[in-house]
This record gives sequence, structure tokens and C-alpha cells, in this order.
Amino acid sequence: MAKSSNYISAKESRRISRENRRITGEIEKKRKRKHIPESEYVTQMKDPENCVEFDDVKTYFFTDIGTVKSVDGVSFSVPKGKTVGIVGESGCGKSVTSLSLMQLVQRPQGQTVGGEIRFNTGEKVINVVNAPESVMRELRGNNMAMIFQEPMTSLNPVFRIGAQLDEEIALHFPKLSKEEVKQRSIEMLGMVGIANKEGVYRMFPHELSGGMRQRVMIAMALSCDPKLIIADEPTTALDVTIQAQILDLLRELKGRIGSSIMLITHDLGVVAEMADFVVVMYAGRVVERGTARDIFKDPRHPYTVGLMKSKPVVGKHVKHLYSIPGSVPNPVDMPDYCYFRDRCERCGEKCRGAYPEMVKLSDTHYVSCYLPDEKTE
Amino acid sequence: MKKFILKRILISVVLLFFVSLIIYTIMRCLPTSYVENQARALATRPGAKSYQEWVAQLNAAYGLDVGVLRGYFRWLAGAVRLDFGDSWYWNQPILDKFKSVIWYSFFLGLVSFTLEMLIAIPLGIAAAKKQYSMTDYTVTVVALIGISLPSFFFATILKYIFSIKLGWFDLSGTVSRMHQTMTDAQKFLDIAKHMILPVITITVVSIGGMMRYVRANMLEVLNSDYIRTARAKGLSEKRVINHHAFRNTLIPIVTLLGGSLPGLFSGAMITEQLFQIPGIGYTSYVSVMQGDIPFVMFYMVFLAVLTLLGNLIADILYAAVDPRVRVG
Repeated sequence: MAKSSNYISAKESRRISRENRRITGEIEKKRKRKHIPESEYVTQMKDPENCVEFDDVKTYFFTDIGTVKSVDGVSFSVPKGKTVGIVGESGCGKSVTSLSLMQLVQRPQGQTVGGEIRFNTGEKVINVVNAPESVMRELRGNNMAMIFQEPMTSLNPVFRIGAQLDEEIALHFPKLSKEEVKQRSIEMLGMVGIANKEGVYRMFPHELSGGMRQRVMIAMALSCDPKLIIADEPTTALDVTIQAQILDLLRELKGRIGSSIMLITHDLGVVAEMADFVVVMYAGRVVERGTARDIFKDPRHPYTVGLMKSKPVVGKHVKHLYSIPGSVPNPVDMPDYCYFRDRCERCGEKCRGAYPEMVKLSDTHYVSCYLPDEKTE
Repeated sequence: MKKFILKRILISVVLLFFVSLIIYTIMRCLPTSYVENQARALATRPGAKSYQEWVAQLNAAYGLDVGVLRGYFRWLAGAVRLDFGDSWYWNQPILDKFKSVIWYSFFLGLVSFTLEMLIAIPLGIAAAKKQYSMTDYTVTVVALIGISLPSFFFATILKYIFSIKLGWFDLSGTVSRMHQTMTDAQKFLDIAKHMILPVITITVVSIGGMMRYVRANMLEVLNSDYIRTARAKGLSEKRVINHHAFRNTLIPIVTLLGGSLPGLFSGAMITEQLFQIPGIGYTSYVSVMQGDIPFVMFYMVFLAVLTLLGNLIADILYAAVDPRVRVG
């Protein structure tokens, strides 16, 4: 009987949730062991010049209507000191990819079930997928910091800005005295361009505007000189003038402390301006990756092409803005063929088969498509 | 802050005026009339005056021969001087009667409320921390049992098990038979022992709602962005929960605290009745049934004052825990 995939019986739902509990319980148990030997999570980088390497990462959500493969075999790397932009539409797994790196996916439903995320701290290389909580806590804030999408709600409303900054600095630099911690907090606030830094230090989040709060978030992220900054749509909630300021700030600070940036956004303009490398994601997979030049000058995947076309261009008159036809397939039980097939304009005989492998076009440019050389107009 | 409090107190006075006026009007309109009952009883005596005459005489004696408004202002004139008069039914000054019964109810309320908080808040947080886990389901089931158990049924079961079967406690009352011969310390322990079952009854019955409330709030807080930020900073889970999340969960709980102030004095009618505790719940019930206007007026206005005061305290506490509502 052909049932709608949105409908499942109560019996089926119970079976799924029981199964889910079994799977997640096993993973949680493995993670909660008292002593996890270092050999399980200390590895080697493929290329020591990289800051992070994602290798076939799979992060699934075990929901009551089935397993959602939010991130399904994502591989790319972030070189030291470079900016990598990750683009894709809402729900394509950009944020989950970054949360997997921080190991902040909502547990126990969300689990990274496969692959490796190798993080280079300088001394050691840690596979965060298998790393225990204590090791992750050392990394978070200290080696990798995150700037969130929503500055309005990302700061704790009941604590002063200063307290929230101090807390992190004191945690990762236990040697500093209270006074030194405060000095550093104020210094960080100054660094992100807050003029009234001592005043802001004593303020509560609700006394600041969105742009100011995002600056505070950036100050917080940079306060421990992280190796990697994950900026999860840092400018989405801000208006355009503030956007430009925040992006300038990020770029300037990146140069100053020499860290890598993982920039997650759906704004191609931001990517073009900031990124050295671009990763295009669709439905939990990487469909195309390459240098910014590769992607913008010579997009090969039909989805990338569609994304470029759906961006408004100044000076070009169009009646309707282009939109990619169709919609993303149901995330529960994805089919085993190219996920973009049903929306693709160049789909042909060749596309009938299984999900296409990554095709190497040049040393930097990879695409996952059967017909990468065909042009769509 | 001073200005805010002063303004609130002035508003409260106006509110109190209307609240007491409404209560007085309702009391006067009640079908039970103390005077009529008395007159009927007196008229049946051999050689007594007629019922009509008794009613007229008693009405004049109790000050019910005037209209509602005049009667109200007469009451008010006494009340503002804190002179609430004598209770009709209890036959003694109202404040004396009140003092003799309130402490039972107050301590009963205070102890069970404290216990409720001490149990419900940690359990609610534990349940929220591990949503859909065994802990969560256990807490939820216990909470639902508590919400759905009627107090008379639960109290009866407790009495059956602990008083009749095990013989640990007396069935009812506040003192045991040998109370008069005890030393002060023993007397205190004796009363405390008699309060154990009532306290358990009240706590179990009211704990469920609180637990669900804390759990729901904690869940909301735990799913918020700033908790993710706190985790992303590298803080330990303990600090995230006990510092960042707890301060935010506290905000709605504090409002509840202020609101529960009148609850401490209002007594638990059914539980007091079941355990034969001469508390305010029982006393006020009898007073209303007997149409004892002065006592009911005093008690209702007292609760109204506490409610308004509780709201004011809640607002002040709110400002203390939530910087966003600090008033200038």
C-alpha cells in the first residue's frame, strides 16, 4: 500500500522510537565511558596545513518518524588561515555540519554516527567525533569558537556582558588574575570596535542593539585566540549597513590573529566577498566545492548554477527572480539517486543511476554530478 | 524603585476598597442569614417574642438594619482603625479567634510549601535535563498521580496505612492524650508529629503541578540560544545548568512564589477537616456557612491584602532576578 511518507501509524512510530532509543543509547553509552583511551580520538591530519578536515561525516537525527540524515557523508577541509564559505539553502545541513564539529548537536536525538572530523590544535590532532566531553570542553571556546546567527538571543539575558566574557577567559586562562581577566575582556570589546567598552562591559544584553550584540559575540568568540572561528550566518539577522561592518571586522580580525574561518551562509554575496574556498551543500551532501574563483566563474553543478541565477543582480532587469523548480526531497528515507534529479534541468539518461560520486575537475574543484560539463542556460 | 512601590501601594488601597465593598455586598445578599437563624431559634423558646420581633431586634443589635452601603461604611470606619469587632458565631473578638487558629494553618502551609519547592524544583530540573529518559517519565508519572489524587482519598489511605495498620501516628487531632503533662520541648515534638500526615498530604497533592511547571520552564530555557552559546564557550554541563539555565528558570518561579503568599494563610480546608486540625480553613468555612459577616469580612480582606502584597513582592523579586524588567 502506498502510504504518504508524512503519515505513519502509531505502531510504526513506537517501533521507530524504540529502535532509535536502542541506537542512541548505545552511542551515548560508548561516549559516557569513564576512561576513553587517547588512541581512540587522537589521529593524524591528511594534510598538516589544514586546520580541520571533514571526512565522510554523517550526522543523523533519530526522530519518531524516521532517521533524518541531516549531514550525510560530507567531506571538505579548512586550510590554516583561510576562509571557507559553506552555502546552501535552509535545512541543507550547513549548521548541523558546524555543530557536529563543535559536538553541540542536540543529543540524544542527534548523533554523529560516522566519519571523522579531524581538528588540528597545533600539538595534537583530535577526531572530535570520538572525543570525550572533557576533551571537547577544552577545544570549545579555546580552539574553536562559534558566532551564532541570532545575536538577539545568543547572549544570556540575566548576566552582564562583562561577566559573560570574563567567564570564558577565566575558564581557558586559569592563570590570569581577576583583574587581568577583566582587562582582557575590555580589550576584546575595544578590538571589535565598541567605543564605550567599559560602559558595555557593565551592561546587560538587552541594553545593546543587534549589531552591538553581534560584536560582543565576536569578542567572545575571539577572546581565547581560537584556531578556527565558525561563523554561522553571522549577518543574517542584521541590517545591510551593519552586515558590511561585521564582515569587515571579521576579515580584519582574521588577519590579526591568523585563524581560519568557517563561514556558513546562504548569502552568495557574503561568500564572494569573504571566502577563499566555497563548499556548496544540498540536502545534507556536498554537491560542489572549489576555490571561490572556481565556483563563481565556473559553476558546474546545476544546483550551484541555480543558486547563482536566483541572486538578484544590480543593473539587470528581470520580471521574476529565478527560482529553482520543485523542492528538496523528504529528508526521511532519502532515495538512492541524485537528490537533485527531480529539479534538474539537464537531467538525462545518465542520471538514472545511484548517487553520483565526486568528480575531480581540477586540483581544487570537485563536483558531484553525472553531467558536469553540460551547460544550462 | 521607591516611586514604583509607593504607586503600587496607592493603587492597592483603591483596589482593596472595591474588593471589600464587593465582598460585603455579597455577604449581605447571601441566603444564609445569621440573624434569621438566631431569631428562629429564639422564637421557638416557650414564652418568647414572635419571630418578626426577634428579627427586628437582632438586626438592630448587629447593625443590619441599614442598607448595604451604609453598613459597609460603618464596617469600613472600624476596619481602618483595625477594629474588626466581635465574631457573631464564635462569640469572641475576631482577632483573638484568628490568632488562635491561624498558626496551625500557617505552619502547615509553610512546611508543605517549603517541602514542595525543595522537591519539585530539583526533580523538575532533573526531568528537563534528560527529556524522554527514564527519570523524566518517572517524574512525569509521579507528578500526574499527585495532580489527580484527591486530597481526601490520599489522606484516608495515609491514615489507613500509618495510623491504623502501623500505628505510628494518631488518626487525627493536633495533640496526643498526654499533652498537658509534657515539657515544652515534648509538646512541640508532639504537635510536629501530628502534622506529619497532613503535611505529606498537602505536599504530595500540590507537588505535581509545580514539578511540571519547573520542567516546562527548564526545557524552554535549555533549548534557547544562549545555552548553546554557554556550551560553545566550553563550560561544563554542570555550570551551564546550574548557573546559566537556573537563573533563567528562576524568573517564572519567582512570580509563583509571590502568588503563593496568600496560600500560606488560607489553610487547606479539606485536609484540616480530615485531620481535625482547628485551622483557618475549617474556621472560615464554618463562618461562611453561618453567615458570620464580621469574621468573613476580616478574613477575606486579609487575604486580599496578602494577594496584593504577594503581587507586589513578586514584581520586586522579578526585577531582582530579571535585569530586563528593572524599573528606574
